[in-house]
Amino acid sequence: MIWRNQFGRMRRTFFGDPARRFAWTSIILTISLAIAPTKEFFKDWRHYQRQFLHLIHGRSDAGAIERRFESGIQQIWIPEQNVADRCGTCHLGLKEVSLKDVRMQPFRPHPPIPHSLTEFGCTTCHRGQGAATTVEEAHRSTKAWEQPILPAKYLESSCGQCHLGALEGTPKLNLGRQLLARYGCARCHTIMQPDGAALMATDDSPPLGHIAEKTTREWLFAWIKNPQSYAASATMPNFQFTDQQAADVASFLIAQSTPTSSPQFQVSDRVLPVKPAADAGQEGASLYGTSFCSSCHAVQNAAGNLVGGDLGPELTRIGSKVNAEWLRRWLKDPETYDRQTQMPHYRFDEKQIAVLSGFLLNKKDDDLLANVHLPVPDADSVARGKKLVAEYGCAACHQINGVNPPQNFAPDLSRVGSKPLAQIIFGPGSPETLPDFISTKIHDPRGVGVGLKMPKYNLTSAQIEALTIALLAQSDRAANLPKSFIHSAAHPSDYSPGGDAGRLMNDLRCQSCHAINGRGGDMAPDLTREGSAVQRPWLEEFMRNPNTLRPALIRRMPKFNLSPAEIKTISDYILSAYQAPGFDSQALDAHTLNTEAAARGKELFYSKYGCQSCHIADYKKDKGYIGPPLAGAGNRRPAVWIYKLLKNPQAVTPGTLMPDPNLTDDDARDLTAYLMTLKAKENAK
Amino acid sequence: MKCVQIVCVLVLLLAGCSKRPSTNQLAPKAYGTQIVEVSGSKQITGVGDELPQPVVVQVNGDNGNAIEGALVSFRGEGLTFTPEQALSDSSGQVTTQVEVAFISGDYQITAETPKQSGGSASLNLREIALGYETTLGQAVNEKYCIRCHDPESTTERVSNFDNLSPTPHQFSDGATYNSIPDADLVNIIRHGGRSMGKSPQSPAFGTTLKPEEIKAVVAYIRSIADPPYPTSGVKNAK
Repeated sequence: MIWRNQFGRMRRTFFGDPARRFAWTSIILTISLAIAPTKEFFKDWRHYQRQFLHLIHGRSDAGAIERRFESGIQQIWIPEQNVADRCGTCHLGLKEVSLKDVRMQPFRPHPPIPHSLTEFGCTTCHRGQGAATTVEEAHRSTKAWEQPILPAKYLESSCGQCHLGALEGTPKLNLGRQLLARYGCARCHTIMQPDGAALMATDDSPPLGHIAEKTTREWLFAWIKNPQSYAASATMPNFQFTDQQAADVASFLIAQSTPTSSPQFQVSDRVLPVKPAADAGQEGASLYGTSFCSSCHAVQNAAGNLVGGDLGPELTRIGSKVNAEWLRRWLKDPETYDRQTQMPHYRFDEKQIAVLSGFLLNKKDDDLLANVHLPVPDADSVARGKKLVAEYGCAACHQINGVNPPQNFAPDLSRVGSKPLAQIIFGPGSPETLPDFISTKIHDPRGVGVGLKMPKYNLTSAQIEALTIALLAQSDRAANLPKSFIHSAAHPSDYSPGGDAGRLMNDLRCQSCHAINGRGGDMAPDLTREGSAVQRPWLEEFMRNPNTLRPALIRRMPKFNLSPAEIKTISDYILSAYQAPGFDSQALDAHTLNTEAAARGKELFYSKYGCQSCHIADYKKDKGYIGPPLAGAGNRRPAVWIYKLLKNPQAVTPGTLMPDPNLTDDDARDLTAYLMTLKAKENAK
Repeated sequence: MKCVQIVCVLVLLLAGCSKRPSTNQLAPKAYGTQIVEVSGSKQITGVGDELPQPVVVQVNGDNGNAIEGALVSFRGEGLTFTPEQALSDSSGQVTTQVEVAFISGDYQITAETPKQSGGSASLNLREIALGYETTLGQAVNEKYCIRCHDPESTTERVSNFDNLSPTPHQFSDGATYNSIPDADLVNIIRHGGRSMGKSPQSPAFGTTLKPEEIKAVVAYIRSIADPPYPTSGVKNAK
């Protein structure tokens, strides 16, 4: 009742007669019309533009900046890249280098990068909602609003959208891509890059078809349970199997193994008995050293550090793993066990095999298998093992008899960098962003849901961050960019040397370490132009006795014990097939390389160019230790090659550390003349 | 009836005003008189990233004895600490993980511990974040420059530092590099040491490195200078 009286009174006060009615209606109308302009006036971005003008007011550079300042919404619009970015509406100092002393956001200038903002926009690299004009909408993430700003530590992933090869300024992205290949991620996941090439795995998973000859069921059990307990550097992941499951898989792997059936490769029965440990240790260590096993294989030293390369498996506990007979056969000729192996065929004689295998078998850890007691395997166990092997995709990496490699085994990761948040089930308490999800998933693959099969990898947090960056680069934006934006990585060729020499070089696995014509390892120099770079006597001597040019390096060319005929075959081939154009002797007039030129060259070498800071021309006097010693350069290199290298080192040896000295023709000729007089024996030191 | 309605509305309103959980303020169990660094200053990391190693500080008493149970709190512009404050352990130490913000340059950590007598003892530590340009400079440095300018040898890379006379300056040597202007540093890298009256053993890189790579190396030298390069105190100088 009271309410109704009140209402009636109010109606009479405001709308009692036509004049009042008209006045009040006009007032209400005016107010409602003013709402939109008022809201507009109080927009975030107007506030920032006023603040910016206030900030630059009174600076010495204010005039110039004010002239460039434009009020209103600023937009970079690049339809072909799907960019419509209004970030510059508030980020007003992005292009003002002179504001570098300003500490307040959003007014800082953009740090120097190799791209221009107008050419690529902002969201191409930083993500976020380019069209938004409020702070909240432009930057923050919600599940409905799919594109939050990318945190700075993952920014290198944006470079990886277009640049598919390694870049100098993106170490984390490069590492991430290496890890994706090295840990065999691409064996289970398809990872298509924007140029249409699939990322390839570079891990060297051994075939398991003859595994029973190599090791025991007990070792397999221990290895499957925890690969890193055998070798800290192992890239094999942990499948988190129960004891029963691991025993079943080990039973199956032994059961499926067939004998290697190549009688011509059988080691003779006359293998010498292994010497007493002490002697064999000495002699074995020395043979292990001169064969440069550590170029590829690492062994943990007393301090717990790994010493050696990572091309082959770690050998710290090899004696607890392999069968002695298998090891001798492997050292004799690895190809009889694994046709695809990267291990070269050393020409060890039987005594050397006995010594080296004795030395390696002594590297064991009795604790490793001390507590492994497995029941006798029965048919059920083998069947359960086979089921597990199929279920967990072991055959994606390893060759296993009776189990086919699985197809489309794991989710496709080609666009994982743009996976919609709404499709992700986040674990309790984890931040709901894509980078956090990816790194959590890699850290603990089965923690993000139930019934998951992905194994756990032994990775450091820096490695996980790098992998996350490499995966974030696999974005929708990258896939939709015009192809002209994409810089493909160099894809390896399928080059393999041919003929008799080719067979020999493949037997020695030269390309495990050396790249030739676009295919091969990066541990040792590229041999594509080696025929133009060396003199025959030096090459033959080097293969007979690779005394090596840099004695302090751990990774060096091994001694393969080649026969003179084999050395001749390979030398002939290298000197004829691996020639570079333009390196024939006519490119340099030999008569100009006289003693006067050599004397001038020596002066240039020591005084003008200071070559001795990096090279040794005289073992008694010089100490430079960055480039190869040049005391024997006159025996090693042809004059033309030296001359061309001096004129343009990067063109002759791509990737070399040698700075281009920018020589005149005369200086280059004089230095060449001097270097050709240096004929000391390289192992003289 | 009306009373019941009013009570209902009041109950609902009060239920909406739940109390926020108060932040857990640690109470110190003991007091020290000084705070010193154990490890973790002058680390280099990428923008937005964690420092590679945690920062460890120690609270000491008057006689330099470690104090257990002293409250240490960390702060610094643009830095995130985990934890932000903690009580010192039995050896008087507190360890914290530090994440830097998205801007390259210097960051300063201030670690503080209250004193019994009132006031507090504090310690400042410097950390360095690399952005795109300085990361590129670091990469160029690690490929070329480091071979002579860093005395440390590794199994993959033998240092040439001791083979040279005069020995090169390490890039962190601010006392030397801070007094050389950018343009001169660029000249030394481009045309070799001899061009600026420095050691002729420092080779010319002008035809090997791109101009932007040389600029990046200079930016890197500035960013890791110790003592800091004067303008590198401004975080967005790069």
